[in-house]
Amino acid sequence: MPLQRKDLLGLEGLSGEEIQLILDTARSFKEVGQRPIKKVPALRGKTVVNLFFEPSTRTRTSFELAAKRLSADVVNFTASSSSLQKGECLLDTVRNIEAMNVHTIIMRHACSGAVNFVAEHIHASVVNAGDGTHEHPTQGLLDLYTIRECKHDFSGLVVTLVGDILHSRVARSNVHGLRKLGATVRVVGPATLVPRCFERLGVEVHHRLEEAITGADVINILRIQLERQDGKYFPSSREYANLYGINARRLGLAKPDVLIMHPGPMNRGIEISPRVADGPNSVILDQVTNGVAVRMAVLYLLSGGEGADENLD
Amino acid sequence: MPKPKKAQILDAEGIRRALTRIAHEILERNHGTGQLVLIGILQRGDVLSHRIAEHIGRIEGAPPPVGALDITFHRDDLARSTQAAASNRPSHLPFDLEGKHVVLVDDVLYTGRSIRAAMDELNDYGRPRSVQLAVLVDRGHRELPIHADYVGKNVPTSQRENVAVHLREQDGEEGVFIYEREPGEEAKEG
Repeated sequence: MPLQRKDLLGLEGLSGEEIQLILDTARSFKEVGQRPIKKVPALRGKTVVNLFFEPSTRTRTSFELAAKRLSADVVNFTASSSSLQKGECLLDTVRNIEAMNVHTIIMRHACSGAVNFVAEHIHASVVNAGDGTHEHPTQGLLDLYTIRECKHDFSGLVVTLVGDILHSRVARSNVHGLRKLGATVRVVGPATLVPRCFERLGVEVHHRLEEAITGADVINILRIQLERQDGKYFPSSREYANLYGINARRLGLAKPDVLIMHPGPMNRGIEISPRVADGPNSVILDQVTNGVAVRMAVLYLLSGGEGADENLD
Repeated sequence: MPKPKKAQILDAEGIRRALTRIAHEILERNHGTGQLVLIGILQRGDVLSHRIAEHIGRIEGAPPPVGALDITFHRDDLARSTQAAASNRPSHLPFDLEGKHVVLVDDVLYTGRSIRAAMDELNDYGRPRSVQLAVLVDRGHRELPIHADYVGKNVPTSQRENVAVHLREQDGEEGVFIYEREPGEEAKEG
């Protein structure tokens, strides 16, 4: 069963089966990453454009490596040096890139919905690499992959997301994916950053950390986005660390084999203590490894699905 | 709806005898099991490679190492295939290929494109001393200059037919069958 889609915009629109298909395919690509020659010819001759309107090192590098390991050609496009600076509108920029016959556009943008908007107006495949506070589907998928690799099954799992849920596209993608696969999801943080309305997505909303991490199988610690805070949501980084920072003592409340996850970049000493970040429960670097495999699976499945209806002989 | 089977070419006993003979031929050609490894192409080639290894183990006392190859990402027909999803198992080669005599194992040899993909993939893992090919059924119609060293049964077929190998571990029944292809049905890869 191929993925019958042009784009990957979010996990909200995917079925549980489609998510499992991506995770199964990623497992094969993870094996490719362990070979002496970490490259397969599956996307030879295809062109992938990284179109990032927001700064990113990890995600862009991860997508770039994923495309290169599939033998695609990759072009990186950064907004700061682009004609957007000269007043060109978003759609014109994207159409110009598409006119150079690219197959897949990987796009990050500060506005929620910008990626969906572009996807509706062009023929190339579009992969959302994070749009505003909406979704970051490949991060969600690599988190799911990492959890599945360690815990094998989602039913009965308790996953706690800690931190700035309000602004987090990673949190939204995680919530949608985890719920579809049957996990119990708790979100926790200061009331200013974890609004009650999240209950409508089928998650438990907590404001006391101890409550939320007791008996948890997975704690996914979100980055406190210091650049978004400007002092409005909590009094100080120090108070946040005191109330919501994950340290070795608090870890004792969770299950002994709890997985500690973080999408990066980490603020050590604020949302996560160095001992926890580097401790035996941490799978933070495994997430990064798995990210390349998951992104290979997404690029591969979108290419396969695209040709399926047109070129069948 | 199950398609009508046109003819059965091999039954369980026939498959067993063919694999036993292939095991003997592999040993004869390679002078025993030194540096010999079997690599099955997923899914059914993998099942067959384990069976051949078992036969060799019975003859020589110890079976050769067995690996599995998922060739999905090396196929040349991604954009034309509806089978884009990878097999359920990744490749697994639990040995160094350097200096080895590799016997690739597959169920049906048809166009030769799967074998081409498998050889490309092997090169990504290392440089074996030699590569040989064992198949249960050779049905002809090659599109590439590829030839099997060990063949269970040669079956002349028409391009309109499909050959199906059913194995207990994979399909619950045992036998090799010929089908008339339905209009619009894709040719089996091979």
